[in-house]
Amino acid sequence: MTSPKPPRSFQEIILRLQTYWAGQGCAVLQPYDMEVGAGTFHPATTLRALGQRSWAAAYVQPSRRPTDGRYGENPNRLQHYYQYQVIIKPSPPDLQNLYLGSLKAIGLDPMIHDIRFVEDDWESPTLGAWGLGWEVWCDGMEVSQFTYFQQVGGHDCRPVSGELTYGLERLAMYVLGAEHVMDMPFNDPGAAIALTYGDIFRQTEQEYSRWNFDQADTETLFQHFKDAEAECARIIAASETDSAGRRIPMAHPAYDQCIKASHIFNLLDARGVISVTERQAYIGRVRALARACADLFLTTEAAGASA
Amino acid sequence: MPDLLIELFSEEIPARMQARARDDLKRLVTDGLVQAGLTYASAGAFSTPRRLALTVEGLSAQSPDTREERKGPRTDAPEKALEGFLRGAGLTRDQLQVRDDKKGQVWFAVIARKGRPASEIVAEVLETTIRDFPWPKSMRWGTGSLRWVRPLHSILCILSDESGATTVPLNIDGIASGNSTRGHRFLSPDAFTVTGFDDYVARLRRAHVMLDPAEREAEIRQQAENLAFARGWQIVPDDTLLSEVAGLVEWPVPLMGVIEDRFLDLPPEVLQTSMKEHQKFFSARNPKTGRIEGFVTVANIATPDDGETILAGNQRVLAARLSDAAFFWENDLREAKSGMNAWAEGLKSVTFHNKMGSQADRIARVAALAREIAPMVGADPDQAETAARVAKLDLQSAMVGEFPELQGIMGRYYAQAAGYPDAVADAARDHYSPLGPSDAVPTAPVSVAVALADKIDTLTGFWAIDEKPTGSKDPFALRRAALGTIRLIVNNVVRSHLLDAAKTGLLANFSHQLNTIGEERTKAVDLAWETIVAEDGRLAKHAQKIFAKALNDRNSKIDWNAAVEKAKAQSPDRVKLDPDRPGTLNHTSHNLLAFLHDRLKVHLRDQGIRHDIIDAVLAQPGNDDLVLVVNRATALNAMLQTEDGRNLTQGLKRAGNILAQAEEKDGVEYSFGADAKFAETDQERALFAALDKAEPAIRRAIADEDFPAAMTAIAALRAPIDAFFEAVQVNSDNQILRRNRLNLLSRIRNAGREIADFTKIEG
Repeated sequence: MTSPKPPRSFQEIILRLQTYWAGQGCAVLQPYDMEVGAGTFHPATTLRALGQRSWAAAYVQPSRRPTDGRYGENPNRLQHYYQYQVIIKPSPPDLQNLYLGSLKAIGLDPMIHDIRFVEDDWESPTLGAWGLGWEVWCDGMEVSQFTYFQQVGGHDCRPVSGELTYGLERLAMYVLGAEHVMDMPFNDPGAAIALTYGDIFRQTEQEYSRWNFDQADTETLFQHFKDAEAECARIIAASETDSAGRRIPMAHPAYDQCIKASHIFNLLDARGVISVTERQAYIGRVRALARACADLFLTTEAAGASA
Repeated sequence: MPDLLIELFSEEIPARMQARARDDLKRLVTDGLVQAGLTYASAGAFSTPRRLALTVEGLSAQSPDTREERKGPRTDAPEKALEGFLRGAGLTRDQLQVRDDKKGQVWFAVIARKGRPASEIVAEVLETTIRDFPWPKSMRWGTGSLRWVRPLHSILCILSDESGATTVPLNIDGIASGNSTRGHRFLSPDAFTVTGFDDYVARLRRAHVMLDPAEREAEIRQQAENLAFARGWQIVPDDTLLSEVAGLVEWPVPLMGVIEDRFLDLPPEVLQTSMKEHQKFFSARNPKTGRIEGFVTVANIATPDDGETILAGNQRVLAARLSDAAFFWENDLREAKSGMNAWAEGLKSVTFHNKMGSQADRIARVAALAREIAPMVGADPDQAETAARVAKLDLQSAMVGEFPELQGIMGRYYAQAAGYPDAVADAARDHYSPLGPSDAVPTAPVSVAVALADKIDTLTGFWAIDEKPTGSKDPFALRRAALGTIRLIVNNVVRSHLLDAAKTGLLANFSHQLNTIGEERTKAVDLAWETIVAEDGRLAKHAQKIFAKALNDRNSKIDWNAAVEKAKAQSPDRVKLDPDRPGTLNHTSHNLLAFLHDRLKVHLRDQGIRHDIIDAVLAQPGNDDLVLVVNRATALNAMLQTEDGRNLTQGLKRAGNILAQAEEKDGVEYSFGADAKFAETDQERALFAALDKAEPAIRRAIADEDFPAAMTAIAALRAPIDAFFEAVQVNSDNQILRRNRLNLLSRIRNAGREIADFTKIEG
């Protein structure tokens, strides 16, 4: 078997992953339209990992980590970056091989690289979730997280979902041989208008770094956090039946507010206005929302609950 | 005699769990087999990242037939009794025998059990083992309910003898046993069958899997050393890393890389830690420059390009990591050179423990204590205090934030950069030591002062809030802090009164509680009163100062000085004081001292001194001076190794017992007035003479703290005491003689008491 030609750009790596996982039968979804810290927060992962219904999805998720902002100067750190996320329930017995196939598809041949599964247990205190798995190393670099979900929102996952998360920039920099993320070709370097990652994101990294660290209005953010928390609770407490008598529990709208609260917490954290002791309390508040959303979702059809 | 081979093939098992899993597999399976009546000659367990394997050799082919006889109720016993017996034996009435017994006829059950074939037993034992395997963390996968460390893919289980191999049939949650396995994930992915352990090992090797972790370790060590040798370098030995790396590969291929010049100025500890923690690289040192200049990474695959791609990738990752480290180092150095004020400021908002304040509070306490300890260890008090203030500033540095294990080590570099003298910088590095029982003990005076102050503050802090270790729970490593304190004191011959140091440390920690609110604060204020009334001299002044400051800091309206005067004038009625009440300074400090004594016993026992000898010494005054305690115990231990010493102990005990009985009977204490003129026998006179000579010698030796001399002096009493008891009846009918002899015995008792409490010596 001959290896495919190596990819030439960031977007080509994404396209190849999309094609590969579509070929493995995954529904290729689009990014969730809200600010999240990681691909795991997409309801296609968090909520769909709950319940008995089978599920297979793959998607790119723009992710924001305000504290990681470096004004576009650090070669590896960004406050806004992309994750590629694959979630399959129940986890298939050959998931490791499926994953290795995706590495081949983007030009990482395991016969000349050193691919290793190194223990790394995953835990999200804000989502009340944990799982066991590995970080996958390629030649000493972490290229993915591989997790078998055991609990989400405080509920045991039955069946268990297998989750793969690729840090796209880091992976692509390695495949493309880029030393600085901003120098990495975004579209094909031979294109008439060739764009680097920096052409697209250097300025936004600067702007958001400034806003995240110095400008975000903390009073407003604290208020937004409270609002999101209250709205989430209100949605969950609302009657399950609408005015026409239809049973429509609103798990997803409630979960949106939970995502919102989580992201606002991250922003406040970046502004340095949350002390060590308060930190735990805020995480606990977001977790309580996540749990309540999970509880509600489990009563819905998407979770396999009989209508 | 068949051999058993088991392999549990799974997705990657965490390296850190493999050694215990090997032991557990071997123990659980062999114990199970033996319990079921099988015997075996030998067993061995092995692991790779993807498999746990067990070989059991010389297993019995089946368990033996057994025959058990059980005596039941008498034949005329009630029906209920017989029914119960039948149920217990699992038999029916027609299977019982009737036998004659002394008291009549009795039912007997003879239960014969046929032996069972090994394969049946193995299948049961293995299933139980897998289902109950004690992984530290386990998981489910897919739709199944079986738990394993990671998804379990196949079970190989065969019994083999001269006639060939047979698969032991079993099926656990859909995983059926078989006789096949797979090789290396990439190099030899196909399944193959095996016929026994030797065949298994050989075929695995052809399939690029080295089964034995010890062999992989040896291979990695050897090849890494060869690679280093070729460049004239040496590998920095690291057994922990070696065993971890051996647990990450089935087919180890060490590759050597060079660290780029631009990183060679980083401290060697930073290079080593970054490479080890992030990359699991071994460090290679160039003996000519003394620097870490290279690394060895261990790949899990042999490639057509001889690892060139893999090495290049690792090199790139390392460069990125070290760029981060260099960035931290340069920023930290800049802060260090500007005086580290921002770090000191930052520690004010880092909580050490919610009842003990911030790291900055803690540093202030340690600095004050280090200043007090300095004269005892020959350190300059100013320097000791400065060192304590500097020692923990590196906790705020970016480098220690990234690599917490470099705390102290970075502290030394930054203190040097800030222009502090070497004694201060070295104290920053060494003040956490000794950490474990085998860790080196600092010897430089300033380091010793700060290390002692740090540990005493930790101990007194947790004693002050009543968070002591219990049983196996010691979340704040207080036993380790206690042992560290002991080793610092004993190794450096630090003459100190630990009770004073403990009280000083406790006061500082109690005073912190004045910053609390509610009940805690009321308790702390009460304690302040009690301390000032109960203690005198330096401690009372100290307490006044500390509490006054703490209260004024809170803008208290109390006129502290006037209050103190008033309390003193009215004491002791003003404050109801019971120094032995739990929670008081007195009680808490003694409680801490008792804890230190317990740790000292453990420490000395490891050096061959029995606990009863230490108990005998701890009963003496001055037991908070651990140097004195250890010297006394060592001398006493040496004496008790001799025949004179052992016999003397008997003589002293005998004298003590006779005295105690007489004193109880007569209701008086015999302590004075033995007169040689009432001596009747030569042996009695000889004992008087020996005591006249020994007593001053013992007293002088004790005053000089020359314990071996004291032991020699008291050992000289052995022969006269023995001879006295041989010849003289103490409890004579003549009351004058009796009283005189009892008073003579009391001189013996007193001589012994100068040395130790011999009643505590066993045997």
